[in-house]
Amino acid sequence: MSELIIKNGFVVDPLQGIKGDRMDIGVKDGKIVETGTLSNPKTIDAAGMTVMAGGVDVHSHVVGPKVNVGRLFRPEDKLFKSPLKSPTCSRMEMGFSVPSTFKTGYDYARMGYVFVNEAAMPPLHSPHVHEEIRDTPIIDNAAMPVFGNNWFTLEYLKNNEIENNAAYTAWLLRATRGFGIKVVNPGGSEAWGWGLNCVNIHDPVPYFDITPAEIVKGLIETNEHLGLPHSVHLHCNNLGNPGNYVDTLESLKLAEGYAPKNDFGRKQVMHITHLQFHSYGGDSWGNFESKAKDVMDYVNAHDNLTVDMGQVTLDETTTMTADGPFEHHLCSLNHLKWANVDVELETAAGVVPYIYSPKVKVCTIQWAVGLELALFSKDLMRTFITTDHPNAGPFTRYPRVITWLMSRAARDATMKTFKWLDKTIDATSIDGIDRELTLYEIAQMTRAGPAQALGISNTYGGLAPGMDADIAVYALNPENMPSDPAMIEKAFSRCAWLVKDGVVTVRDGEVVAEPAKRTVWVDVKVPENAQVQRDIYEHFLRHYSVKLDNYSLFEEHLHNPRVIEVDATE
Amino acid sequence: MPKKVENVGCPYCGVCCDDLVVTVSDDGKQIIEVENACAIGNQIFHHATGGERVKLPRLRQPDGTYKDISYDEAVDYAAKVLYNAKKPLIYGFGSTNCEGMAAAAKVAEKAGAVLDNCASICHGSSFLAIFDNGYPSCTLGETKNRADVVLYWGANPAHAHPRHMSRYSIFPRGFFTGKGQKSRKIIVIDPRHTDTAQVADIYLQVRQGHDYELFDAFRAVVRGHEIPEEVAGIKREQILEVANIMKKARFGTIFYGMGLCHSDGRNHNVDIAISLTRDLNDYTKWTIMAMRGHYNITGPGAVWSWQYGFPYCLDLTKKDIAHMNPGETSSVDLAMRDEVDAFINIGTDAGAHFPIEAVKHLRKHPWITIDPNICMASEISDLHIPVGIVGVEVPGIVYRMDNVPIQYRKVIDPPEGVISDEELFERIHKRLCELEAEGAAKAEIKAAPAGVRAEE
Repeated sequence: MSELIIKNGFVVDPLQGIKGDRMDIGVKDGKIVETGTLSNPKTIDAAGMTVMAGGVDVHSHVVGPKVNVGRLFRPEDKLFKSPLKSPTCSRMEMGFSVPSTFKTGYDYARMGYVFVNEAAMPPLHSPHVHEEIRDTPIIDNAAMPVFGNNWFTLEYLKNNEIENNAAYTAWLLRATRGFGIKVVNPGGSEAWGWGLNCVNIHDPVPYFDITPAEIVKGLIETNEHLGLPHSVHLHCNNLGNPGNYVDTLESLKLAEGYAPKNDFGRKQVMHITHLQFHSYGGDSWGNFESKAKDVMDYVNAHDNLTVDMGQVTLDETTTMTADGPFEHHLCSLNHLKWANVDVELETAAGVVPYIYSPKVKVCTIQWAVGLELALFSKDLMRTFITTDHPNAGPFTRYPRVITWLMSRAARDATMKTFKWLDKTIDATSIDGIDRELTLYEIAQMTRAGPAQALGISNTYGGLAPGMDADIAVYALNPENMPSDPAMIEKAFSRCAWLVKDGVVTVRDGEVVAEPAKRTVWVDVKVPENAQVQRDIYEHFLRHYSVKLDNYSLFEEHLHNPRVIEVDATE
Repeated sequence: MPKKVENVGCPYCGVCCDDLVVTVSDDGKQIIEVENACAIGNQIFHHATGGERVKLPRLRQPDGTYKDISYDEAVDYAAKVLYNAKKPLIYGFGSTNCEGMAAAAKVAEKAGAVLDNCASICHGSSFLAIFDNGYPSCTLGETKNRADVVLYWGANPAHAHPRHMSRYSIFPRGFFTGKGQKSRKIIVIDPRHTDTAQVADIYLQVRQGHDYELFDAFRAVVRGHEIPEEVAGIKREQILEVANIMKKARFGTIFYGMGLCHSDGRNHNVDIAISLTRDLNDYTKWTIMAMRGHYNITGPGAVWSWQYGFPYCLDLTKKDIAHMNPGETSSVDLAMRDEVDAFINIGTDAGAHFPIEAVKHLRKHPWITIDPNICMASEISDLHIPVGIVGVEVPGIVYRMDNVPIQYRKVIDPPEGVISDEELFERIHKRLCELEAEGAAKAEIKAAPAGVRAEE
């Protein structure tokens, strides 16, 4: 395989603590190597540019059934919003807020990303998820099956059977070729089977008689019992409602007393996703306000937590979540079309289009809340950039989010477009924050931090020799940053170079190669568990609508796998 | 010893039964027995090895007869037809796997074709309603485990989806429905007193073509408004009774069929059915589901949505952007206007299903049929390419009517030399690329000049 050397760039690699030193990076056989070992490398001149590891997205809805419902039922998301096919790409690119699989892969690559963690996989639909992964070019994908409303999980945890739940979890990760434990509105989506919800973390789930708090604690124990690469990944109860920061703080406190146990360098026991949607004060839309400070004070003080933003980008987008009752609630607010899929024994999902308008007070407050979370953070290795794509906005807006975080001027310019600027300022702290993040901090939030939280920082998110040769070069000079924030956005939108697995994949912002992508999954060995085998057999015999032998993903439907092995037999 | 293959998926209807047990002869060449399947599914398996199969592509000769040709020749013919056509149409896909659909899309994009599936003449009107109003639905196991009220409207599963009622809706005992049929109220609404109506607790004989009015009456009642003495041929008392049952249900599902999609009102009928479902969710839990016909007709809607964002009627003729506008880009409309100059019929029978005028127009141009069997389309084609039967001879993923992916198995080998839809389309794609390269070598290269592309 050909060799590469990326010369003279300003290297930013938080995993190694490199803060913009001028260094060369060597690449050989798809891996990063010491430059001394190269014999006759091709040179990429990165002088005057920033060199980072390929980006890692901790939470994004890019593949699977509800994403595809979002595509199917919104033809208007394509109309006048799709670019013409690039002559350098093999396939067309359609859609804006929910792009086609091809556009998803190309756009992530153009932004310098190489790894995207699909945020919610309904286990019953895992063959669908893997079909879409096959058709998403370039980027490596993992997908997290949802557990927080799964009948097996609810029954085991109700009886405090952590070992059984662990055995079931290991079985389901293997059956779906999944990556980790996702929890969405624990208990609430099961209650939604009856049109109900769990309104706080102590509200018991109908019939199963277990509370969301017990589900979350049980899953943290399960996760650490197994020692998975990633932690429990939680979408809290009561998303999106005024005053929900109280519930969020209660959810965060569930992690108290737990310490991470794993061999993957992960330091948290719980990742709380799209925290923006969970950091609201007030008791109505009238007195809706930011509680980002209160929430981040707690997160800053507890280093067994990581969070991601879920930043509102002020676009017309498509919301989609396994939080079925929330989507129903949302459609009663905006009266747009509503899709819903309840999935037997496992989960639910809803999809509703949404317009985050700078003319709507609640939307502009939400915008401020997201930015405040990052700007109040004391540890950006634990605070990640996401838009909960496509819920708060499409992932293609990450460069804009980065620009808002790096530039007070960019924030001010956006705020000038707000119809209710005064009310937004009153309800938030955004106007009092002058902090501007550095490139090093952005690298923490977009590659080093997420990779560490996902437990994959030995492969992704850094530039140390031996790691995958996934390298993004941005046309930004840290010693001479552009005064116009728009230039920052431009640089992060289309990287100067992306090397993926040692292959030059993007050049001058254009995709020039489509190297094989991978499916990353976690295979956990657990002791034989006859009880769990019997429970699985019984539920499939009586309650599932598919046969057990047709449920587990067939090997032929898993594409270019990279398996992470975990031994939990001890 | 004959071999039993278990957990086999059935390539007949959208119910996608995956519990078939198929017994295959010692030599693996004959299907001896099929257990658990309905009469129609059973027949599909037996047909595979029961009679003569077409084993080679057949090309029409000047004298009107077919002559066997090799797959290479057939691939070359198909690629040249596509390459030379201005606006080819590739239509069908109800009866193949998703792998084949993905490969066909690659061909259509390369050739600049219109890509359409049987929804175009079936549940396409459902898509139109879904575009406008959404789709509050569930998987079939939810109905089985939770539903205490099941409503079939304009659908006759007793004939069209033979095991639907026993697997998912009326008869099975689920987690919260341990008494099976006894724990459920079954309502059937149909202008015809069908065999499905026979098993209903309540049957409403809606006046034919007046479904919309009846939905409207239900919505009015659910929302607490007065209705006239009689609506759409149904007495007020009965409407009040059924509305009350719906409102008091713990969990209900509306299954609807062609009776809504293809009677007066079409997409509007489906639209108001969705609206009624939405209304009912203000009180309790209701879901709605289209009774999709063929076992994988949900598939192309899924595959093409993730590839292009549109489920059907995809115009890819511009080659750089996809466009969907049913009426303009739908197969029958294109054919009636004689707008297509080549036609590939795959995994369906347009010869039997399209209006005769549309078929006559299509027949003026090259017509290729890709199908395991002899059908009306294959008999009027210029080229018939046989392929393996998905679910019997070719494995793959199919989408059940509730969008749940089912992994189908292979039970026996296809007849010697016969390839899959996927392989066939991959080979056509490869040949198309070669033709393009040859064409580019001969003519001026028409690629866009290199340079900066406009921002979004």
